[in-house]
Amino acid sequence: MTAAGTARLRSADALRAARRHGRRRDAVLVTALAVAAVVLFVAGLVFGAKTLALPDVLRALSGQTVPGVSFAVVELRLPRAVGALLAGAAFGLGGMLFQTLLRNVLASPDVIGISTGSSAAAVTAIAFFGASGLVVSGAAITGGLLTAVLIWALASRRGLSGLRFVLVGIAVAAALQAVIGYVLTRADIKAAEQATVWMAGSLSRSLWDQLAPTAPALLALLAIALLGARTLPVLRLGDDSATALGARPARNRILLILCAVLLVAVATSLTGPISFVAFLAGPIALRLVKRDSALAPASAMIGAIIVLAADLVGQHLFPITLPVGVITGAIGAPFLLWLLMRGRTRA
Amino acid sequence: MTLAPAPTTSAPRSGTRTRARLTPAWAIVACAVAVAAAAALSLALGARIVPVDAVWNAFFQPDGSTDQAAVLSRVPTTLTGLLVGAALGMGGALMQGMARNPLADPGLLGVNAGASLFVVLGMTLLGWQAPLAIVWCALAGAAVAVVIGYGAAAASPGGATPVTLALAGAAVTAIATAVITGILIVDESTLESFRFWQVGSLTAASFSSLAQLGGFLALGAVLAVGCAGRLNALALGDDVARGLGVRVGAARLTAVVAVVLLCGAATALAGPIGFVGLAVPHAVRFLVGADYRWIVPLSAAGGATFLLVCDVIGRLLARPGVLEVGIVTGLVGAPIFIVLLRRRKAVGL
Repeated sequence: MTAAGTARLRSADALRAARRHGRRRDAVLVTALAVAAVVLFVAGLVFGAKTLALPDVLRALSGQTVPGVSFAVVELRLPRAVGALLAGAAFGLGGMLFQTLLRNVLASPDVIGISTGSSAAAVTAIAFFGASGLVVSGAAITGGLLTAVLIWALASRRGLSGLRFVLVGIAVAAALQAVIGYVLTRADIKAAEQATVWMAGSLSRSLWDQLAPTAPALLALLAIALLGARTLPVLRLGDDSATALGARPARNRILLILCAVLLVAVATSLTGPISFVAFLAGPIALRLVKRDSALAPASAMIGAIIVLAADLVGQHLFPITLPVGVITGAIGAPFLLWLLMRGRTRA
Repeated sequence: MTLAPAPTTSAPRSGTRTRARLTPAWAIVACAVAVAAAAALSLALGARIVPVDAVWNAFFQPDGSTDQAAVLSRVPTTLTGLLVGAALGMGGALMQGMARNPLADPGLLGVNAGASLFVVLGMTLLGWQAPLAIVWCALAGAAVAVVIGYGAAAASPGGATPVTLALAGAAVTAIATAVITGILIVDESTLESFRFWQVGSLTAASFSSLAQLGGFLALGAVLAVGCAGRLNALALGDDVARGLGVRVGAARLTAVVAVVLLCGAATALAGPIGFVGLAVPHAVRFLVGADYRWIVPLSAAGGATFLLVCDVIGRLLARPGVLEVGIVTGLVGAPIFIVLLRRRKAVGL
């Protein structure tokens, strides 16, 4: 074998080793994030109005009746933690998909009107029709989906341009924001207060009766989106390269955007818009992972971690209980500023 | 994950997507006519509808009639509408040029959120309700938010680039929104006052607040027109601009100061009015092309016309009451903006 051939082989080996290293590092990272999410999930079961012993919590989970523990864990804390996990993952993954597919960091679902549509419908239902519970959730899902369809219909003309989609989305969001402003100023103060709490994003509505329809839907959507996101590394190369590599960029992009819309709309119906999670999870994940293929699971995990952690903080760190949406903004946003100043955002 | 692709061309000669529909001279005439017509409408229409000749006589042949009193009572609202609209239009044009992002609007740097936060804090902690106290809270809040956002962006290793500015502005907005929501949830009396301020309206307009903030608006306008030429260079990208002899950092800082003065004062006068700053510069660009020396001043005229017309629509829709102008701008502006978007081949900066 010639010297050049040996060198080529050696460099190919090095490349393969580096790839294997990157893949292994990302696998470790995603596992670590999952472990962190599980730890926070369990912490959500243990801490509350009364701190419970971990063995008691586990016995209550396994179905035994533990006096003074079972009700708090099974009926109150478990649905809240499940809601936080699923909604966080949905916001994280949905937001990352929007930002990546529309190629603009600012194109998170609350900027382009999906969350605003959910909010406008829910706030109207609360303030003008005195609705509560599942009716508000239904209004929120319907509002989010109708908004998405409207943006789609208005933006598509001889193909869908990402930039036009985003601009139309912002315009639709502005109109819906006007609707929210109108409702808030015309409703009576009690209803306005309820509507404000709903729009803050909170897990207090995450109980079994709300989760019964939403949790299975979110699980299915997360699975579909994670499978679909395997084409993301190819899509990120741009349409021409993706087509040359045998992918069908247009079809994949539509499938993924549909998933992202549904994820965000369903999660919003459960918790209200916990806005900053969708904006933040993508940029953080992008910074942490080495390979684009790990981007989707990492974003979902980071979204779940943010919401679980913020809920713990909001419930226990302050004299009053604060909704999770207040904490995600107050903690997540300074974290983004810190990442920026350290130069930790990859464009 | 990137911001919108940086445009590679910007001068008016660069082809169809930035071609001017109107020559600048005609654009000036059209804008002057539009502003005058909007002002006349704003003086004539409202709960009491006054014929146009009575509007003229109210100023030049006063006779103390009810019609003339109605016209004179609308002068502060009309003036405030003109100035706020002009400020928001110019501020939006500057932001889009400086951030090189067609999605940029004055709210992007956290101006609206910062102003809102300080207004809420003033109402909650100090119990301030007087319009003039709110005005100063809003102005201070806008300035603080932008100093933090711009400071964080400038302190990042790459400096204040379009990407870092957008992210830092979004972060500042998120922090402010979180604190506002936290306060509103626990304090019902603040929610009661704040919900009326935050839709944005011209109903609280008065000569005294105009007199206090007029200086900020004038200084902001001078700076805005002054740095418009350098925005043309910035649109070519930082490296090319530097090659053309423009001091990129200084140009961006000037634009930021102008945005704070213009939009901070506008928000102080009328509350956070969204969408004008985003949509008006796009519409103007559609008419006169991509030269910021024309876009900035004509956005002022366009913003003033748009805001006044929206205010008049709000007065007519809810007669004898008023539908706040911040609600009308969204409901009327959004469809117009979408029609404009659909008619264009591409959105260039």
